[in-house]
Amino acid sequence: MMGLHAMLVAAALLLGAGAAWGHAFLDRAEPRVGSTVKSPPSQIRAWFTQDLEPAFSTLEVTNQRGERVDQGPAKVPASSPALLQVPLKPLSPGTYRVKWRVLSVDTHVTEGDFTFRVEGGP
Amino acid sequence: MRSRRISVIATTALLTMALWPGLAVAHGLAGKRFFPSTLTIDDPFVSDELSLPTFLLFKTPSDGEAPSSKTANISGEFSKRIFPNLGLTLAGEWNNLDPAPNDRTESGFGNLEMTLKYQFFTSPAHETILSAAFGWEAGGTGRKKAGAESFDVFKPALLFGKGMGDLPDALAYLKPFAVTGIVEGVLPSRSGNKTYTLNDDGDLEVEIEKNPNVFHWGFAVMYSLPYLQSFVKDVGLPAIIRQLIPLVEIDINNPLDRGFAGKTTGTVNPGIIWAGKYFQLGLEAVVPINERTGKVVGVRGQIHFFLDDIFPNTIGKPLFRW
Repeated sequence: MMGLHAMLVAAALLLGAGAAWGHAFLDRAEPRVGSTVKSPPSQIRAWFTQDLEPAFSTLEVTNQRGERVDQGPAKVPASSPALLQVPLKPLSPGTYRVKWRVLSVDTHVTEGDFTFRVEGGP
Repeated sequence: MRSRRISVIATTALLTMALWPGLAVAHGLAGKRFFPSTLTIDDPFVSDELSLPTFLLFKTPSDGEAPSSKTANISGEFSKRIFPNLGLTLAGEWNNLDPAPNDRTESGFGNLEMTLKYQFFTSPAHETILSAAFGWEAGGTGRKKAGAESFDVFKPALLFGKGMGDLPDALAYLKPFAVTGIVEGVLPSRSGNKTYTLNDDGDLEVEIEKNPNVFHWGFAVMYSLPYLQSFVKDVGLPAIIRQLIPLVEIDINNPLDRGFAGKTTGTVNPGIIWAGKYFQLGLEAVVPINERTGKVVGVRGQIHFFLDDIFPNTIGKPLFRW
């Protein structure tokens, strides 16, 4: 029984030791990845699985012509260190690409992109 | 004083810009693609990771005078990056054979194995990784009665990983697919083993067991639900489901010579991997492709730790950078 306790404590220590670390992967976003929204969003919010280094985390939004439609730079709120958000210019119907590149607090870099569509567009 | 401060800031900024693309990646990443560590096929990337344990339960068929045997195998593998693209893997295993070729139940450690791997190509845009590896199974380091060979085995290999994220958007739901694979030579340092025994008449008999060169190849096809959820479409999967990666691994051995040519063995291994922040869990069925390989479906499982995430500032990073 002591052996089981010891193993559980060791596992808790092992996992707990890394609680503030790890690669930052996209957990969810608003608008949602690949979604179609009826009304144009005023901002993009992307939540990651780890806390971010604000100075080295970027998020850009482009339209189908490749033009920037965000009003960056993206920011990490002090109250939500795993959230990256950026306000948007008024969007017309169409498909938009969100491209992000973030640095987690332990210097692991991850990147990605996704699209969303504002209804009425192609 | 002011000019010195500006100089320090400028130097820091330049260093930051220079280092920015080279910050820690590892972890089986190529662009958006996260390649999990597969259970059967060697990974195409270098990493700081620990597989402990991997277990395998399998029944081998009878072969000549050797009886059918239930095999329980428990193994561990520690991978360490020496440089960002050069890694070393140390592997060991413990076997229980019931029965062993001597008709008794035998258990003990297998031979130690060391593999040097160089990840020489990475394309983030095409989610592609290529590596070359050289493995050395050190003969005589394990227990012979538990199946460890007395000779060295050398294993030069090429490995690849390819994600389908560069497919056109019209095929968006195929983007989460990825494939990893290996082609490998398994080259024993000794062509055969001689065993001397006395028969009932007291005469000396010599038995020669031949060790063929083997062409080993395999691949894993996987569909990443994390990729689907984060880069293609958020389909609203529950948290535990969206971390799953179903996969099928094919693992084939083609002996080339010494009387074994054409006697192919292999397995098809359908299974699933759950990938968390600091570790992943995997479970697969081990389905023999022919009666020479086996007649009963086995099972393989693994717990795999991402040391680069658990200990990013100590054992989870390369020993040297340039």
